Amino acid sequence: MTMRFLGDTAVLTGRSLRHITRSLDTIFTTTITPIAMMLLFVYVLGGAIRTGSDSYVTYLLPGILLITIASGIAYTSFRLFMDMKSGIFERLRSMPIARSSVLWAHVLTSLVANLLSVVVVVLVALLIGFRSSAGLPAWLAVTGILLLFTLALTWLAVIPGLSAKSIDGASAFSYPLIFLPVISSAFVPTDTMPGPVRAFAEHQPVTSIVNAIRALLTQQPVGTDIWIALAWCVGILVVTFGLAMNVYRRKIT
Amino acid sequence: MTTQQVPAIQVRGLEKSYEDLRVLRGVDFEVARGSVFALLGSNGAGKTTTMRILATLLKADAGTAAVNGFDVATHPANVRESLSLTGQFAAVDEILSGRENLVLVARLRHLDRPGEIADELLERFSLTDAAARKVSTYSGGMRRRLDIAMSLVGDPPVIFLDEPTTGLDPQGRIEVWQAVRQLADQGTTVLLTTQYLDEAEHLADRIAILHEGRIIVNGTLAELKRLLPPARIERVEKQPTLEDVFLSLVGR
Repeated sequence: MTMRFLGDTAVLTGRSLRHITRSLDTIFTTTITPIAMMLLFVYVLGGAIRTGSDSYVTYLLPGILLITIASGIAYTSFRLFMDMKSGIFERLRSMPIARSSVLWAHVLTSLVANLLSVVVVVLVALLIGFRSSAGLPAWLAVTGILLLFTLALTWLAVIPGLSAKSIDGASAFSYPLIFLPVISSAFVPTDTMPGPVRAFAEHQPVTSIVNAIRALLTQQPVGTDIWIALAWCVGILVVTFGLAMNVYRRKIT
Repeated sequence: MTTQQVPAIQVRGLEKSYEDLRVLRGVDFEVARGSVFALLGSNGAGKTTTMRILATLLKADAGTAAVNGFDVATHPANVRESLSLTGQFAAVDEILSGRENLVLVARLRHLDRPGEIADELLERFSLTDAAARKVSTYSGGMRRRLDIAMSLVGDPPVIFLDEPTTGLDPQGRIEVWQAVRQLADQGTTVLLTTQYLDEAEHLADRIAILHEGRIIVNGTLAELKRLLPPARIERVEKQPTLEDVFLSLVGR
């Protein structure tokens, strides 16, 4: 049964990865907004922002990467919704395949697509002056956090993908996610914010994730931020996975 | 377990409601092995619901159904091994090529040599020339043929076709009819739903009319014709004539 699950998931992941390689514009549209924001903040607003670090682009990059992922996961909802609408989902369900492999294939594809987008954004950041002296272990840790964050948000994206009535509904959920980093330590340090905003900013998941990645990239001690970041990611993952599976089970019975 | 004596499909007292709406109110029918059976009915008569229950996509409220000798409620995995469902809208992957669609299904059915199986089916459904093209460039008829070809991967003994020609132009319809007849010739059991009388007339060995959640008539075409009022028969015979005119005008 496990072998069948792995085999079926691999075949279906191959299928949806082809969707990515054949329409690379999805990678482009995912990265265009974060890149534009990065340019805007570095070249227009950044000069007036005091972060206490030498390079604003290096300060900014972790938040931009989270925005990239938050906009990238909308494509998972989109692809899932299209499968439901086109009848492919029904066809697969009436076939003798491991049942959850349909979902896992979309989730794994999301990991690959978002990783590609993140690489594109990092390359652009390098072009405009981002530098990091971080070694391989730190980069691996950053990649791990980003993958975990992608996984958590992708399972969230599965829910509207399965239950939306229209294509707009399937992808609209990600807009608030894209703006969560704005009220965090992603663009400016939180200590200039007024009380309640600051309290929100410092206790929402983005800040700890951004701080952890920033510390890893600038070789600063990660402190407790990395554990809080991991706890948020795992916590969100558990909840979204549970909800998504629940929706899926109701959908298939 | 599955001897030739067991009917390919057995449905007894099937009931299904969506909240207050009683869609199926006790449906009974049997489909003999290797025959083509048409479920005829207007929109909302319960044709698709019946088919979805048989394909294990939906649970019945009451009654039993078996496909290839396996009960759909207690042995859904065996049922899924025994049948292929071709839904109302061609369930093909638009971004993949025709051949890739077939290979995908062959892999998911865990068959050896998926490439060869795909090439054979492309040949059989006259899609070899379009094999490498993205499905989004296919015509409605080609799409439907690919859809049916995908259902035949692995030679399942039972095929469900849910309104296979709805939305197709006359040429596409003829292509699909030819495909269905080929299936029947090879001994596959076909259950098809349709709203078109002439479609059932052309394809089916037996026809059942589903009306307001019950089978009101079930018989061969000859048996049914005796029941239908003359006006109805006239309408059935008119349609192919119109089609002949259309087809001769467009030069097919």
